Amino acid sequence: MPEKTLAGVTVEVDDQGYLTQPRLWTRELARELAREEGIQELTVPHWQVIEFMRRDWEEKGASPNLRRISKLSGIGTKELYALFPGGPGKKAAKIAGVPKPQGCV
Amino acid sequence: MKKVVILGAGTGGTIMAARLQRRLDRRRWSITLVDENPTHYYQPGFLFIPFGLYREKDVVRRKADLIPKGVEFKLAGIEKIEAGQNRVQLAGGETLAYDVLVIATGAKTAPAENPGLLGDGWHRNIFDFYTPEGALGLHQALQQWRGGELVVHITEMPIKCPVAPLEFSFLADWWLTRRGVRAPTHITYVTPLAGAFTRQNCSTVLGYLLDRKKITMIPDFNLERVDPDARKLVSYEGREVPYDLLVTVPTNMGDPVIARSGLGDELNFVPTDRHTLQSLARPNIFVVGDATDVPMSKAGSVAHFQAEILTENLLRYIHGRELTPGYDGHANCFIETGYQRAVLIDFNYEVEPVRGKFPLPVLGPLSLLQESRLNHWGKLAFKWIYWNLLLKARPLPGIGARMSRAGKDLGSLACAPQAESES
Repeated sequence: MPEKTLAGVTVEVDDQGYLTQPRLWTRELARELAREEGIQELTVPHWQVIEFMRRDWEEKGASPNLRRISKLSGIGTKELYALFPGGPGKKAAKIAGVPKPQGCV
Repeated sequence: MKKVVILGAGTGGTIMAARLQRRLDRRRWSITLVDENPTHYYQPGFLFIPFGLYREKDVVRRKADLIPKGVEFKLAGIEKIEAGQNRVQLAGGETLAYDVLVIATGAKTAPAENPGLLGDGWHRNIFDFYTPEGALGLHQALQQWRGGELVVHITEMPIKCPVAPLEFSFLADWWLTRRGVRAPTHITYVTPLAGAFTRQNCSTVLGYLLDRKKITMIPDFNLERVDPDARKLVSYEGREVPYDLLVTVPTNMGDPVIARSGLGDELNFVPTDRHTLQSLARPNIFVVGDATDVPMSKAGSVAHFQAEILTENLLRYIHGRELTPGYDGHANCFIETGYQRAVLIDFNYEVEPVRGKFPLPVLGPLSLLQESRLNHWGKLAFKWIYWNLLLKARPLPGIGARMSRAGKDLGSLACAPQAESES
């Protein structure tokens, strides 16, 4: 597994850049991961989504998909696309340090 | 007398009834099957209706005629599953108590989930082909078609038979060519996925076919709304796709009774152990087919393979034995590609669709992940197999519930499932 150093810590990530050990996530790491995704600053609604992702992952043992995020995080789909351009489900998961949402087949 | 109740008499429920009828001790167990709709549809056949290859009569049978003797069939709506009390409330007030419940309530299109879809354009120049009305309406619309923007579109995953919209595109290319209206028609394939299919290997092969047939693919398109007045699709990111005729697959959801009963996820699919097919909510509730949330294509072949494992586990459960994690995600689909050809794919949770022969190694006679005429005849023959063997849970020679690795060129594996969907 590749490693990378973010916010002064070395963490292990998978080949698509998702943390392999979600428990090692910190808010500092989130800021760094967000910058890598082109999001320079995490605002209050960004954190609302990220905290939902963390909480849901803890409770369910799996990362929520976009429909679940928009239904339960308090942030609607349209705004999710504005906050995390290009792929809110995948990007929010990466920044929140939880696994990539399971693909639909 | 103990009771098994099966909810839903579609592919999964009917096969389960046939299997349990043979395997349960009928002096001690009764089997009741409940469904609100008297008609059984051969859903894979809907694809052929718009092109006049099948008529409605090819895809319908009376459910009552397909239910094995010895199984009680109740034609009634299902009001609510009361899992805590081990009973089901039917519309009309009747209550059915059960010892073991099998949920086989399937998935259906939910166009109301997609803003703009049910507006003025619905079944005028916007059609689905996942319902008899949609498929028949589309047949009429295609008769009038003289050219323009034909858009084939998937709203969000998961959908029943994820290859069907691709097959529709390929068949449209063939059918319009034969009618002499292909040249003035631009076909666009719009998908929320990153490629033509959910699995990488297959996506590459099918993407190549789209290209060869001059069908434009627009990937990563997440629908916000349909604008029926301006006749365009609008994505959450502001991208637009104009259409003259829109063939769309609306959001697919599990049955509303699942939501009413508090047993579903955001899409009313029932959280289910992906290997044992026991529900995560209750040990005496099992789930089969499209109703589950297992990460595998929603397809008849999946329900068929699952039913074999589920029967085994249901028997183990009632005898107090440990369940077998026997379902490996096996799925098998024919993909019509037009001009009397088809591709066949066979895969599971771990193994991607690869090249090879099926069902027998080397001999085949069907070819995997390659176009052939024999695959097309296989797909047509499947209708007979469905009505006469599959629904009756009679054995299909050489085809087991677990995927066989024999005859597959596993060297060409690109292992990890592609998971690029935003849904």
